[in-house]
Amino acid sequence: MQATILKKESFDKLRDYIETVEKNETSLIQVLHEAQHIFGYLPKEVQLFVGEQLDIPASKIYGVVSFYSFFTMEPKGKYVINICMGTACFVRGAEAIVKQFEKTLNIKTGETTGNGIFTIDCLRCVGACGLAPVVMVNDDVYGKVTVEDIPKIIAKYSE
Amino acid sequence: MNKIKSFKELMEKQAEFMPMMELRKEMIGDSEYKELLVCGGTGCMSSESEKLLQNLKYEIEKNGLSDKVKASITGCFGFCEKGPIVKVFPEDVFYTEVTPDDAEEIIRRHIIDGKQVERLLYEEPTLHKKVHTQHEMGFYKKQLRIALRNCGLINPELIEEYIANRGYESLGRCLTEMSETEVIDELKLSGLRGRGGGGFPTGLKWQFANKAFSYVKYVICNADEGDPGAFMDRSILEGDPHSVIEAMTINGYAIGAHTGFVYIRAEYPLAIKRLKTALKQAEQAGFIGNNILGTDFSFHIEIKYGAGAFVCGEETALIHSIEGGRGEPTTKPPFPAESGLWGKPTSVNNVETFANIPAIFLNGANWFNKIGSETSKGTKVFALAGKINNVGLVEVPMGITLREIIYDIGGGIKDGKAFKAVQTGGPSGGCITADQLDVKIDYESLASIGSMMGSGGMIVIDEDNCIVDIAKFYLQFTVEESCGKCTPCRVGNKRLFEMLTNITEGKGTVEDLEKMEELAETIKITSLCGLGQTAPNPVLSTMKYFNEEYLAHVVDHICPAGVCQALLRYEISADKCIGCTRCAKVCPVSCISGKVKEAHEIDQNLCIKCGACYDVCPVNAITKG
Repeated sequence: MQATILKKESFDKLRDYIETVEKNETSLIQVLHEAQHIFGYLPKEVQLFVGEQLDIPASKIYGVVSFYSFFTMEPKGKYVINICMGTACFVRGAEAIVKQFEKTLNIKTGETTGNGIFTIDCLRCVGACGLAPVVMVNDDVYGKVTVEDIPKIIAKYSE
Repeated sequence: MNKIKSFKELMEKQAEFMPMMELRKEMIGDSEYKELLVCGGTGCMSSESEKLLQNLKYEIEKNGLSDKVKASITGCFGFCEKGPIVKVFPEDVFYTEVTPDDAEEIIRRHIIDGKQVERLLYEEPTLHKKVHTQHEMGFYKKQLRIALRNCGLINPELIEEYIANRGYESLGRCLTEMSETEVIDELKLSGLRGRGGGGFPTGLKWQFANKAFSYVKYVICNADEGDPGAFMDRSILEGDPHSVIEAMTINGYAIGAHTGFVYIRAEYPLAIKRLKTALKQAEQAGFIGNNILGTDFSFHIEIKYGAGAFVCGEETALIHSIEGGRGEPTTKPPFPAESGLWGKPTSVNNVETFANIPAIFLNGANWFNKIGSETSKGTKVFALAGKINNVGLVEVPMGITLREIIYDIGGGIKDGKAFKAVQTGGPSGGCITADQLDVKIDYESLASIGSMMGSGGMIVIDEDNCIVDIAKFYLQFTVEESCGKCTPCRVGNKRLFEMLTNITEGKGTVEDLEKMEELAETIKITSLCGLGQTAPNPVLSTMKYFNEEYLAHVVDHICPAGVCQALLRYEISADKCIGCTRCAKVCPVSCISGKVKEAHEIDQNLCIKCGACYDVCPVNAITKG
């Protein structure tokens, strides 16, 4: 996931994808989804590239990227710890879970550890409210998480 | 499947596939043939239901039972608290919290020996009794499933099963036996209202789009379910995607549109996958595409992805997002029915609204309008969550009381705690108190007590939750999700949030409460779109019904629920303290004094209420409150 170097192959891959869609504004959001999938995030260079390819001003692209919370302009860690902050998880103590992750990894929500392994993020409702509070690490889901479970979860991804 | 070229051919297919559903019909009895349906919704999949299904299939194969026993996935049963769920047909046996390792026992004991696996049966929390069949469970007794009719009954990845359960029959009837006006009139007669929150009559909405003159019109399915704690739209798309496709196509026919878009959250990967599969199947079978069922009518559906913006649930914002821009709302009128996507007449409906429509045309408007209350017909799906025993998706007739939902269906409050409030309508709604539990719920009654139907989130709050903290949670959500276009919402809600934060930190005053109320009312009347106009509701309703709790925060500087950290007071009980010094060592501001083996004391003036001492005390001598 950690893509600090923007590879030429990645740009080629994105260009190939853009070839398959209609080159207009309507395709912008889906192209950005694909770009984030390829690069892991949407730095300035990628936004400019998309702008050139779709013939859309860079200001417009930036406007869209900064509007939607799904898009990120910062690279993320290898493992993104997403703590669900939907209402069901909130009333069942998700805030204490966030604090414990922050304390254990010594970073704040939205930040990445110095070694680029973990990022802590919050998300809005994964819809597994029966398992609240829910934590996702990349695609793995942990349900009914307690503060005591956190060291175990972190250890699993630290090796 | 080959392309179906006429309505008659569809009905022949239906008759051909019907036997597939035989074991799953209402008859409870014994049969040497069995079907095991495993929940394949996001909740249960998170608890390894996919592996469970594989193990069941492996055991069936291993024991040579393949001719008589079948295992497959199905959509959400709604009983998410106790997932993964396995249901055995035809006996109606309902196993809960099944792990992949239980597969062997289910096959050996239930299928081969013909006995039930007692330990996996659901136990009614109030009666402490195991329940042997699904229809005897309190959770299901008062439910009526219309929008969720196929969830937990068919395999969402097989179009044949949808057809077998009378799928696409409504579309066929509308296209071959009814005019556009007749379709709209039938829908108006049914009394169906939008399930996304607003409650606007669906038939009327279609009529406006039908009357608008244009050669190009659009249908949009709003699947941008952003209300935190509501997941019915996702469950419908995962469990019964064809019903949404069928209803969108009927909508297209009724208003004269040939293109439809499903605007879906990118955070719903499973729903997207199932929808894509269903679209492909529907196209192959000829239910979407050109000359549907041999008629002149053509309709195409495309998927568009959201990118995490709550405001895109608002129809004008959603339209701008599909157009590729920032999802900012614009003033209405013009309504989308006159000028929507790319300036063309557009009919925007929510997933749950669509899911009701095929059932209405199958059973008739007069069947549907007999269900529900005077002003609100049919059923509503609620996502029941929070401090309640049976978390899950429930579909109930309109007009049911909250008490029935929370106690009869939801099984009461978790861990025997006291009920405090139930929050409905998400960030746009309000809190309902114990005194109002007997209100019959519909669009109007909820609005009259300061809440709203919203998309159907229903969060139960108990005595351990601080009401100010809950209001703050919702407001923080709207502050983060405000698109920033209009000032009342962008600045007003931010100021309101700061005032609430002050209160939870013990810095609020009685004057602040008055100012908050004034500001909240101003935001309501001056914001541009629904998001801003309803954002202060959680604050206003909690201030109205839980005024004492607000006053406790600002006058006495205490948080009765013991949640607001800054208002807590930590004390060491001299009787219990053994003088181990652990608390003094862990205290980051060194405000705990005392000698070894003697009682310790906290200097309240220096304490920063971090709770470190509380966590470390080996004999629970420290109290907080």
